[in-house]
Amino acid sequence: MRVMVLVKATEDSETGAMDPAWTAEMMAAMGRFNDELRNAGILLMADGLTPSAQGKRIAFDGPGRTVIDGPFAETRELVAGFWLWDVKDMDEAVAWVKRCPNPMPGPSEIEIRPLN
Amino acid sequence: MTAGDTHQAIEAIFRIERARLIAGLARVVRDVDRAEELAQDALVIALSEWPRTGAPANPGAWLMTTAKRRAIDAIRRDRMRERKHEEIARELDGGLDGAAEVIDAAMDDDLGDELLGLIFTACHPVLSADARAALTLRVIGGLTTDEIARAFLSSEATIAQRIVRAKKTIGKAALSFETPRGGERAARLASVLEVVYLIFNEGYAATAGDDPIRPGLCLEAQRLGRILAGLTPEDAEVFGLLALMEIQASRLSARIGPDGALVPLSEQTRARWDQLLIRRGLDALARAEALGGDGPYALQAALAACHARAPSWADTDWPRIAALYDRLRAVTPSPVVDLNRAIAHSMAFGPEAGLRLVDEIADAAALRNYAPLPAARGDFLFRAGRRAEARREFEAAAKLTRNAREAAFLLARAGACD
Repeated sequence: MRVMVLVKATEDSETGAMDPAWTAEMMAAMGRFNDELRNAGILLMADGLTPSAQGKRIAFDGPGRTVIDGPFAETRELVAGFWLWDVKDMDEAVAWVKRCPNPMPGPSEIEIRPLN
Repeated sequence: MTAGDTHQAIEAIFRIERARLIAGLARVVRDVDRAEELAQDALVIALSEWPRTGAPANPGAWLMTTAKRRAIDAIRRDRMRERKHEEIARELDGGLDGAAEVIDAAMDDDLGDELLGLIFTACHPVLSADARAALTLRVIGGLTTDEIARAFLSSEATIAQRIVRAKKTIGKAALSFETPRGGERAARLASVLEVVYLIFNEGYAATAGDDPIRPGLCLEAQRLGRILAGLTPEDAEVFGLLALMEIQASRLSARIGPDGALVPLSEQTRARWDQLLIRRGLDALARAEALGGDGPYALQAALAACHARAPSWADTDWPRIAALYDRLRAVTPSPVVDLNRAIAHSMAFGPEAGLRLVDEIADAAALRNYAPLPAARGDFLFRAGRRAEARREFEAAAKLTRNAREAAFLLARAGACD
């Protein structure tokens, strides 16, 4: 089964102002984690999203289409990065996510959503 | 979190680590069965300790250390002190001097090679293809005997026996679990790729059972191929096979019609092709070609890639496909390859070109009751304006096929000849 694994945003990722030393260490650890995923044969896609200030939304209401510029307010619900994995079941996905280095300087959440 | 949840989580961690764990242990105890037992013992200990202590930061290292300790204890308890056991005990003792950090460092270097060694061993040509497939799915893929039995439409008992005998054969052959090098590597690698593609094909074009495809089995093979590609980044045919599987797998949804029957490539709804898998397949093919790959898997992958890039059957790069088949028949000659070559030539250069080539293989014994042969000739004749002859060929093809949907299709083509 395929899962989308979502790194949820934090104020840090939204402002983009993170300590370069921390960032370098995290990127190195994340690189090693992605290597493990790749070597296990389960990594399909991986990428980070720019802060929502660079994004747009289009609101649909009947025939109406309204364009809304970022940034968007509900930080904790925003997506900062994602993976697409080929896993056997949710247990495997959870086990892999637990091995992931913390993608944020402080507390953060990673969400797992199976594809249809 | 209840005790049950924790056990489930620990088992999920174990499944991730299992193949490498067995590989590391097998390299030392030189016995697949013993390695599996030791790995299982480590899991049991983890299940009893981790709920209290929490899962360790490096579960793989913890499991390996625990399993190796048990191996030493067992050897020491063993009354029959054969020289081999003493040697192994000394190796293990030496390896465990010092803290788990020493094992961590060694593991990063060696585990890749150990896993590759285990793959080569499970796919050793001393075993039959069926035995290799079952053993590989068990020790590398981590499938249960029941899952393997269902995959190959066999009984659990048969598969269990097959695996037991395979392990015995490996033991008797005294295989070292090392990765082959030099001259024998190519032949041994061919044996591995044959197993992986056998597993893939069983899922892609299932030979028995109700379901014409079993996507889960294709995915197992794709995972094995991806793992191999990570372990052997210099082998062109590994990337060739991976490319072939990813591209073929991209068509799985389009391959089954609403009635559950197989849909031929020429009629598939291409909007249902998985573009992510096509992209992965094309990337793998590019790696294969950069490594100079022109072996049979790379060639078949190049053929699959031509179709993957084409918006429709008619808009396919047929001259390129014809040229690839010309090369493929030199590398892996077969009447079916020749037939597909004739079809490609007819699409690229006109129906007469196809007729000339198909006449060359008309008497091939392997194609005697093969419906696609008269079906292809019928198509060439139809396009060449020889309708009466085309009709006879389509009717002959309809008689040969056991697929009711295909028969109806061929009879419709026959009817269109009037």
